Amino acid sequence: MKIGVLSVQGAVSEHIGHLENCDAEAIAVKNRESLNNVSGLIIPGGESTTIGKLIELFGLAEMIRERSRQGNLAVFGTCAGMILIAGSVTDGIRGQPKLGLMDIQVRRNAFGRQKESFETDLDFRTFNSPLTAVFIRAPIIEDTGAGVEVLAELPEGIVAARQGNLLATSFHPELTDDLRVHRYFINMCKNQ
Amino acid sequence: MKEQGTFRVKKGMAQMQKGGVIMDVTTVEQARLAEKAGAVAVMALERVPSDIRAAGGVARMADPEMIKKIMDTVTIPVMAKVRIGHFAEAQILEELGVDYIDESEVLTPADEQYHINKHQFKVPFVCGARDIGEALRRISEGAAMIRTKGEPGTGNVVEAVRHMRRVMDQVRQVIGKADDELVVMAKELGVSLAQLQEVREAGRLPVVNFAAGGIASPADASLMMQLGSDGIFVGSGIFKSSNPQKVAEAIVQATLHYDDPKVLAEVSRNLGDAMPGLEMSSLAEAERMQERGI
Repeated sequence: MKIGVLSVQGAVSEHIGHLENCDAEAIAVKNRESLNNVSGLIIPGGESTTIGKLIELFGLAEMIRERSRQGNLAVFGTCAGMILIAGSVTDGIRGQPKLGLMDIQVRRNAFGRQKESFETDLDFRTFNSPLTAVFIRAPIIEDTGAGVEVLAELPEGIVAARQGNLLATSFHPELTDDLRVHRYFINMCKNQ
Repeated sequence: MKEQGTFRVKKGMAQMQKGGVIMDVTTVEQARLAEKAGAVAVMALERVPSDIRAAGGVARMADPEMIKKIMDTVTIPVMAKVRIGHFAEAQILEELGVDYIDESEVLTPADEQYHINKHQFKVPFVCGARDIGEALRRISEGAAMIRTKGEPGTGNVVEAVRHMRRVMDQVRQVIGKADDELVVMAKELGVSLAQLQEVREAGRLPVVNFAAGGIASPADASLMMQLGSDGIFVGSGIFKSSNPQKVAEAIVQATLHYDDPKVLAEVSRNLGDAMPGLEMSSLAEAERMQERGI
């Protein structure tokens, strides 16, 4: 079983490193051929407007939507990736590109600008101890549809959620040494 | 408890910019164009480096009003430059809320001896470096991102190539050295042994390293990425060309598909006139910005 990391822009190597540390076979996904070979796809943090624009140009977005809809591709979006898989974005720029896979409403840069970025301990449903979560100009989930399970929350709102084979986090599990979120996603890929 | 401005948070911000293009902009319209073209951030400036070079005199931090307007216009991160050592300018930009500060040799240095103590700020800093010694000294002062200095405002990539090759070569040397050899190398470079050990362990610089200074075409961006850059800064290269929109989009594409000559050939076509360039030998020693802040 191969798991891909969308390799357009952003924290690609960090996710690949984490998947490898979990003994998963990780590949960088840059085109339709490599996308066809993976059971799961991580859409990393980066700039959502940039990643969104570039995946539309090469037909990757279309294929991600198609495979996700067919239910044979698990998708995990972190930060910018969460914005991209959200069904709706509250404050997107005009023509904000999106994949629109998951029934969540997301607000971009919900905690403010970079100087307000932070790390904090966070309880994540199913984990038996908190994890250190790194938030960088992070988005937040403002609203969820039926069938969306909330996995983690801060006073400001929801920061991790799952819907079937879709997983989204506002924070960056690839920036700490804790592998539990990646293991959680690998299990989702295995069980689909 | 929330902890803001940790080194992990500051360095992480730069990691999110990897594989992207950061563009110099001087107006709201240019910022909008850059965002639309797929820039991962914009650098808000009063003048692009080639105009700073032409104008002469003292180059300072841009007017906060102009930076604020750009921050209000785009949703991507906004960076701005301060003079080397000018921590008061940096305090102003942090208060303003810019997402990244470039302590830059493009502006006239305010302090010829000391750089800013960047650990004291919540906002992250990027600094220029020509070799691993400069890079690690800036990191020890708190820089969370490094870029090559190149030779700004020239449209000539030769110095950026020299600096990137030198850093990559030095990283390879560090990887091959035993501790006793690193002690001597640390002394020669003016850095600590612990920092070199960290480089050896990671097999790379401890923070993201972008290319900057003279990048003017999609091919230049590809070249720098193939030499090991984590991403690209384009200064004068976009808005001094005859077709900024097209050049901006082409450089974004070329940075992503840097190893795919087919895409590079496609995006390099019909871009119009590139910015006029400068030959290094035409620059007097005193005009070379890269010698500032070492």
